[in-house]
Amino acid sequence: MPTARIPENTKERQQLLALRERLAEDAGLATEGTRTEDCSCPRGGGWRPGAGWANRQARQAEIDAMPAHQRPPMRMLGRRSEPAPPLQFPREGRGPGASPGAAMVDVDAPPLATTHRRGQRIVLAAVSPEAGALGLHPGMPATQARALVPELDLRDSDPEADAAFLARLALFAARRWTPAAAVSGADGVWLDLTGVTHLFGGEAAMCRRILRFCARLGFTARIAVAGTTGAAHALARFGAEAVTLCRNGGEADAIAPLPPAALRLGEPALSAARRFGIANVGELLAMPRGPLGRRFGQRTLERIDHALGRAGEPFQPIVPHEPPRALLRLLEPIATAEAIAQVLADLMALLVAQLERDGLAVRRLGLVCHRVDGEEQRLAVGTVSATRDAAHLLHLLSLKIERIEPGFGIEAMELVAVRSEPLRASQIGHDLGDVAAAPDLPPLVDRIAGRIGADRLFRVSAVESDVPERSLRNAGPLDEALDWPSGWPRPVRLLARPERVDKVIAELPDQPPLRFSWRGRTHRVRKADGPERIYGEWWARANEADAVRDYFQVEDEDGARFWLFRRGDGTDPRTGDLSWWMHGAMG
Amino acid sequence: MSIASPSTADPRLNALRAEVRAIESAGHLGTAGLLAFGIADIDERLAGGGLARGALHEVAGASASLTDDAAATLFAAGIAARLEGVVLWVLTRRDLFAPGLALAGLPPSRVIYAECRKDEDALAVTEEGLRHGSLAAVVAEVGRAGMTATRRLQLAAEDSGTAALLLRRWRSAADPLLVPSAAATRWRLACVPSEPLPTAGIGRPRWSIELVRQRGGPAHHWIMEGCDEAGRLACPVAPQHRTAAAGGTRAAA
Repeated sequence: MPTARIPENTKERQQLLALRERLAEDAGLATEGTRTEDCSCPRGGGWRPGAGWANRQARQAEIDAMPAHQRPPMRMLGRRSEPAPPLQFPREGRGPGASPGAAMVDVDAPPLATTHRRGQRIVLAAVSPEAGALGLHPGMPATQARALVPELDLRDSDPEADAAFLARLALFAARRWTPAAAVSGADGVWLDLTGVTHLFGGEAAMCRRILRFCARLGFTARIAVAGTTGAAHALARFGAEAVTLCRNGGEADAIAPLPPAALRLGEPALSAARRFGIANVGELLAMPRGPLGRRFGQRTLERIDHALGRAGEPFQPIVPHEPPRALLRLLEPIATAEAIAQVLADLMALLVAQLERDGLAVRRLGLVCHRVDGEEQRLAVGTVSATRDAAHLLHLLSLKIERIEPGFGIEAMELVAVRSEPLRASQIGHDLGDVAAAPDLPPLVDRIAGRIGADRLFRVSAVESDVPERSLRNAGPLDEALDWPSGWPRPVRLLARPERVDKVIAELPDQPPLRFSWRGRTHRVRKADGPERIYGEWWARANEADAVRDYFQVEDEDGARFWLFRRGDGTDPRTGDLSWWMHGAMG
Repeated sequence: MSIASPSTADPRLNALRAEVRAIESAGHLGTAGLLAFGIADIDERLAGGGLARGALHEVAGASASLTDDAAATLFAAGIAARLEGVVLWVLTRRDLFAPGLALAGLPPSRVIYAECRKDEDALAVTEEGLRHGSLAAVVAEVGRAGMTATRRLQLAAEDSGTAALLLRRWRSAADPLLVPSAAATRWRLACVPSEPLPTAGIGRPRWSIELVRQRGGPAHHWIMEGCDEAGRLACPVAPQHRTAAAGGTRAAA
């Protein structure tokens, strides 16, 4: 590689020559213009071809001649070869040229295929790219696939879950991309792009955006945009590209090379096409219409009309659920609690009418107050069971009215049923002799929970644990609560944590105390019962492997009854240090 | 003891008493009914022959000790257990132990707890529970409750027929029952030594039950045996009368 070719450009040539002379002078070498022209290196003592130092000065000169931003960094100066370009991996799905089915094959992942039952056979429903690369294809019997690829990961297909996900995707599309979207078959979504593409920067940009979204979800998607549903359906499934944009009026040309199955024909029509040797749609379109209808059926003509736009094909768009809401705009801004309560009552009447019409009831209700200064004040109340009782909901909201800051006034108020459920008739009694109606607790629970917080209203349910402080848990206020095993003495007041008891006189190993001192008072025990031995939970906590508590209930000379325990069983020092602790009062 | 019980007075006095009671309770006393203790000794001392259901009753320990407080808690739990239905128990402290309540006849399926930070919240929640009307009783553990607050609770209890039990807890050295209140009855509970068993062990607890005040009747004082698993009290049997009284009073529970 010639490192310092003197440029032909005269100005640069002059500069370089001058530079080289100066360098040679600095090195104390004689300058010979003619020779420097021909040879890039200084001739003189010690020079030999290929010597590294011989090239260095010339290279330095070349570097110096460069503009500052083009000079190579220091670490590249001694290199002989250019650095390799940074590693770049091809990224799938980017750009219009990316092949639709060409997902990257990961050699480490085991090939995956899903199966479904067709008649008596179990066949592959779908294959992963890895499995497809090994020659498996949908429709192949599962036994054959397993024989071909022994390490094949076969799983059952779940068409219901697929359909549910596709419905969610269509719903998302209806919320995000276009108001008219619907599920198409088992593997597609219709999007009516009329009048929406400009919001996303045109058809091509919108398609790329949707493809990127699907890629983020982990799907390989294909999109076709066409003037007719039939052409879009055919191009999306049988086209060559991931994104196909079909110009208006060009549907017939676009679908001509596709196989006849692209037209959504039935199996008789397809077999007839095979019998006639028809390989693509173009040949089908070229046939005269009368014989075509007689040979292939009226349905085929309809499908052709759908594809070419001679007949419309409407689809039923998915309508996203809109929460029931009521909005009132006020003539004059309001600021007082009474006025807010009045508007709230009017709103509630409107909302309840809507809910009754739809057969819904509220689980969570939101109130939005739009203030004059553009701020929003929000309130929310929840109910423990679905209700559309206006008085009850109003009461729940009225508990929180004082949290609204009206500012300069509220000009509009909106009530939204954020979460609603269908309200059905429920059975209120199942016993013929049951005269007393079951208590209607949910409204009470809502009211109290609205006042003190939902987590502060609870039932206490049993937990399978012998350790007293761990034998209970909080359950929901309307949940089923379990009872404790009966027959064991338990105090009605339990200390949050056991308190140390001093000056205990007790006989070992298992006698109750005769005297003890607690909270500065000495108690003489007259009657006692125990011990009730409770072992530590060695299966859950390592530090309780040997722990033992011996519980006693004792009565002192005044009749006061206590529940206290001793750590340790009195014989084995590993079970505890024999200290006494007060844990509760029996009453 | 010389004051006769209402039933033995002459009819004119009885009629007057009934009239006054009707005015005081605005006619609601009769609709909710009475809850008898099932012990003749107590019931005949109570105006009307039992605890009025739609009324406010206050219970407190005789001292600030935890054991007297526990006795008062069990006494209130026993009253609530003998009513039918769900009980709302309003807490302000976290020392109530539900397995102990279950032993007094209130299994966990019958109790809903509401934990409040302040006495004012507890009183408001109690009133909410009383006004709802489908609960058997509302038990509220509060330290301070003035005349106005108790009056509100009493009116709410009268309206709905739900029993209101106010468990007054000692917050300072002052007896909470010295503060005036609109409660129909006020009770003070203390532990007293129980009867020794012939063998080693511990028997049924014994309480000193003091009826400090009741509307329409005199105060009184009993020594009773504590709540059993259904919330019932029992009349203690003196050792010297054991054979004579064993059939009657003990089984009266």
